[in-house]
Amino acid sequence: MIPTIKQPRAFSLIYGAYVALFFVYLALPLLVVSLFAFNDSLFPSLPWNGFTLDWFFSPEQPQRGVFYEKSILESIGTSALVAVSVAALSVGVGTCNAFLFNRYEFRLKSVLYVLMLLPLVIPGIVLGISILVFSSTVANGVEDSLNYDIEALRPGLVLVILGQFSFITTIATLVIAARLKKFDTSLEEAALNLGATRLTAVRTITLPYLRPAILGAVLVAFLMSFENFNTTLMLVGSDAPLTIEMFDRLKEGSTPVLNAVSLLLMLGSSLLALTMIAFQRKS
Amino acid sequence: MGAHGKLGFILLASPLVLWLSLLIIIPHIDLFILSLQEKIGVRQYQTSFANYMTFFSEPLYLRTFLRTAFMSIVATVLTLLIAFPISYYIAKIARGRLQSILFLMCLVPFWVSELVRTFGWMILLRETGIFSNFLQWSGIVSGPVEFLYNDAAMMVGLIYTSMLFMVVPLVTTLESLDDSMIEAGYDLGGNGYNVLREIIIPHAMPGIVSGSIVVFMLSLGNYLTPIMLGGKDSLWFTEMIYSQFIVRFNWELGAAFGFLLLGLSSLIVWGALKLSGQTLEKTMG
Repeated sequence: MIPTIKQPRAFSLIYGAYVALFFVYLALPLLVVSLFAFNDSLFPSLPWNGFTLDWFFSPEQPQRGVFYEKSILESIGTSALVAVSVAALSVGVGTCNAFLFNRYEFRLKSVLYVLMLLPLVIPGIVLGISILVFSSTVANGVEDSLNYDIEALRPGLVLVILGQFSFITTIATLVIAARLKKFDTSLEEAALNLGATRLTAVRTITLPYLRPAILGAVLVAFLMSFENFNTTLMLVGSDAPLTIEMFDRLKEGSTPVLNAVSLLLMLGSSLLALTMIAFQRKS
Repeated sequence: MGAHGKLGFILLASPLVLWLSLLIIIPHIDLFILSLQEKIGVRQYQTSFANYMTFFSEPLYLRTFLRTAFMSIVATVLTLLIAFPISYYIAKIARGRLQSILFLMCLVPFWVSELVRTFGWMILLRETGIFSNFLQWSGIVSGPVEFLYNDAAMMVGLIYTSMLFMVVPLVTTLESLDDSMIEAGYDLGGNGYNVLREIIIPHAMPGIVSGSIVVFMLSLGNYLTPIMLGGKDSLWFTEMIYSQFIVRFNWELGAAFGFLLLGLSSLIVWGALKLSGQTLEKTMG
């Protein structure tokens, strides 16, 4: 079953057809979502009433375009704010974690390593409720004893950021640790021999070496945060990120404005993906 | 570790310790404590297993729980069966440019929000959707057909959503299998089936295990796909957690549900690791 070993023609044909069918299956939902963003109809379904750009650019109801939908634009802003915060926090902590596990030997190292991996095998919704419960416990305790309500610990953006950070950090750690493992420590030693302090050596030698991994981790973290649904759903307050806003609209039955947002999202993430690939090629 | 190293160690270790203790360990302990609270009056609680008893005595809860577990296992197995030939094709048969293009195409749906993917399936499957219209147009059926809101639709969505997490580990492990091993299998008189069973699958085992664990986890914890594509009576356990927390405001029971879901997923992940002789460090890290 490798090219050097002949297989019956029929087998290769069926196999090829299966692979082709699989990619049709992968592409189909994304294709129809994009296509119906241009349908001149109030529903994202057939019949096809002709091509229109109203769902992007029309300022008036009933076919108000996405660029005039205030609540959608606001939720994109909210998502971006959350995603930038989560990316910054998780990559910062992830870099520290990578160095800790790579450079130090300590008691309980293997236990801590397994604990570090755990957030990946905890269902997102359970992570969400556990943080919700704990933050309410703390907020209620403070309110009862000090008579002061800590707004940040009630459902809202701070909790959303913390909730997403709690598992995206694991992914950031793994991405950065994978590259740090390949680093030749003699380069750092050379810098130390030449009189650099430990911090200077790390800053001028190791961190530049890690840059592609750190950038990759930032992009992955940003994207995972932007798309996160389960954890966010449990922690969200009155400011809805994009996924929650779209979910609410989808439940009510939607107009093709959702297709337009989806298409923009796809374009946005492809752009991010291309940036990442281009960047990795360069280094 | 000198005095200098010690300071560095403490500085590097504190974010990790803060993150794990404040956002993972203590919240889960708190969740567990909450799940043991039985409400006996207005703002009056006592410690008991009452919430867990409610779960076991109410058939709807238990049935939904078992159904969620069963359907997640089915979704995992189907994903593996569908993904394996594809991964093998990408890793061993496609060459050069085609190989990287196919692999990249598998990654594309992951870059798109789960919400968008589910929305796509709704457009395809609903009564006024593409499939229904296509069947009517081709004359196979005479009226609109509803494909949405049943277990099959939900399964299609679950498999679609988790496909990537199966393909990537499978491709990675299969790529590391040397072609000469497969050739040797044939030279020694094996046929395609023998080679698959004795050489390819054992080699791909780490990929199979880590892919299956992730897919199972994602299906079990999925909320969007069952609620949007599944029918009225295809309840998912995450929906019950959500409704106890957000709709009924019965956090104690919701916490117990959350803990049961966590217990089930840990049990199955642990069992899969034990059965295959893998460790979490190796499959995830």
